[in-house]
Amino acid sequence: MADRFRRWLAVWRRNALVWRKSAKTALLGGFAEPVFYLMALGYGLGSFIGQVQGLSYIGFLTAGILSTSAMNSATFEGLYLAYTRMEVLKTWDAMLAAPLSVADVVIGEVLWMGTKSVISAGLILAVAWGFGLAQGWLALAVLPVVFLTGICFGSMALVFMSFARSYDFFVYYISLGVTPLVLLSGVFFPLEALPEPVRFVTAWLPLQPVVQVIRPLVGNAWDWHMLQLLAIPAGYAAASLLIAIRRFERRLVQ
Amino acid sequence: MSTSSPPIVSAVRLRKCYGSQRVVDDISFNIERGEFCGMLGPNGAGKTTTLRMLVGNTPNSGGELTVLGRPIPADARAMRARIGIVPQADNLDPDFTVVENLRVYGRYFGLGRRAIDQRIPELLKLAALDDRAGFRINQLSGGMKRRLSIARALINRPELLILDEPTTGLDPQIRQNIWHLLRQLQQDGLTLILTTHYMDEAERLCGRIILMDHGRILADQTPQSLVRDHIEPHVLEVHGESVNAWRAAHPLNGPIRCEQLADTWYYYGANLEHLVKSLDGWNGLRYSYRAANLEDVFLKLTGRELRDG
Ligand SMILES: Nc1ncnc2c1ncn2[C@@H]1O[C@H](COP(=O)(O)OP(=O)(O)O)[C@@H](O)[C@H]1O
Ligand SMILES: [Mg+2]
Repeated sequence: MADRFRRWLAVWRRNALVWRKSAKTALLGGFAEPVFYLMALGYGLGSFIGQVQGLSYIGFLTAGILSTSAMNSATFEGLYLAYTRMEVLKTWDAMLAAPLSVADVVIGEVLWMGTKSVISAGLILAVAWGFGLAQGWLALAVLPVVFLTGICFGSMALVFMSFARSYDFFVYYISLGVTPLVLLSGVFFPLEALPEPVRFVTAWLPLQPVVQVIRPLVGNAWDWHMLQLLAIPAGYAAASLLIAIRRFERRLVQ
Repeated sequence: MSTSSPPIVSAVRLRKCYGSQRVVDDISFNIERGEFCGMLGPNGAGKTTTLRMLVGNTPNSGGELTVLGRPIPADARAMRARIGIVPQADNLDPDFTVVENLRVYGRYFGLGRRAIDQRIPELLKLAALDDRAGFRINQLSGGMKRRLSIARALINRPELLILDEPTTGLDPQIRQNIWHLLRQLQQDGLTLILTTHYMDEAERLCGRIILMDHGRILADQTPQSLVRDHIEPHVLEVHGESVNAWRAAHPLNGPIRCEQLADTWYYYGANLEHLVKSLDGWNGLRYSYRAANLEDVFLKLTGRELRDG
């Protein structure tokens, strides 16, 4: 196991080093944009809305922005950046010339995607903290939750990416998958506003439970029920990871 | 070379099928420690596929394969810790400097920081990149990138180095430079396998040539014996506007083989002196009279049709 972990870490560290070299620009995309949304929508729209579920609108929105930002950074990494490494830079070929297996590469990549989610959501959390939108030690528990979120959405993106022949393909995933998911998962408005059948479906998709867990955590509240909710993204993560490994074994080692 | 030590590579009836196409068709060979073996063949012969099977990057459809005593593909991942691979197209990390490329790659092999930092100066020296350590990859010339790819493949002190078309697309001087590096590695005791479709490369470097076409081995011997066994010792090439008139005036006699490729006529034989003499006095003819080489063998055994891709 230690040996396996060392191999995953070698892949992880390669990506971390690339990221570190361009951290300033990378941060702008992963951090500045969601903070702008949070502030503009939260204060702007919030001034018309008043309280939502006993929270100020911006307080309500904070959990949504944290969750979507975790999802987005892992998704972007799993689609565009991982595809670039695999197909354009042939980084994965270089790894497979070393004593690494396809599973090592995929797991190392997914761990990195979880890390990316922690970085972007973590920075937003810090800003939210500064504005008094997050409080208490429990808010720090958001970090492991967004790590799991990154693992989940990173693995799902990789499964989709494994079918890709060009970058164009990813538009389908974003437009038909990610965007509706964000709109229907209780990010911008409470789930009660949605018709019952839609709520039933999104409850079984991985973003909504994440939002439902992060919202109380940001307000320093704990409930054992949260762990039950997290089983959904964890299940998606495990299944997607296994499928992604199978898919890339087929695609790369054929 | 001791014959008792086990072979570095042993392939028995190795086969690879893609759909109904047999890309590698029941080939068998051993490679012994210290050999410099060239796999020579036209495009599509199955060279890259053979190498990919050797390193476990694609499973064989049939046959038995062991590399460094380990069954492949079963133990391929562990086996790769003891070999080096230089891919046909460089896949260096463009975001990194020369040293960072080596360091990151060394970590894929599970090497610790100290082992890597010790190894890097040796590799930079070997690849003559000492003064480029902090350069980014896009600041390197094509030849430097290739040398770095070779150096990178040596990070783990491999027992076997596998190179897929290491000099394709490089300038002549740079090719010489790479050849020099590879010869040096062989002198240091490394076993090398390379693929190439350049005859001169195979002839200069390799003590042994496996000539492949259509997934089969056509010949497996030293370059000298290949030329001796498969082709007449001398070649005369003739072309030019009056070539047909000259041919009409001098019908062939004696054991001379004649072939046409595009606008050039090739004559092969042990003794072509009289044919060369007959060229005297003809205007508008160009010719060259030379010893047969590997290129002639290659063209004879793989045929003369043009192959692309
Ligand atoms: N993944 C693949 N799927 C289908 N056919 C392939 C694949 N890889 C190689 N081939 C075919 O196998 C043959 C041999 O290819 P290759 O080993 O690359 O030849 P070489 O390296 O000698 O030029 C070619 O006809 C090529 O089209
Ligand atoms: Mg090839």
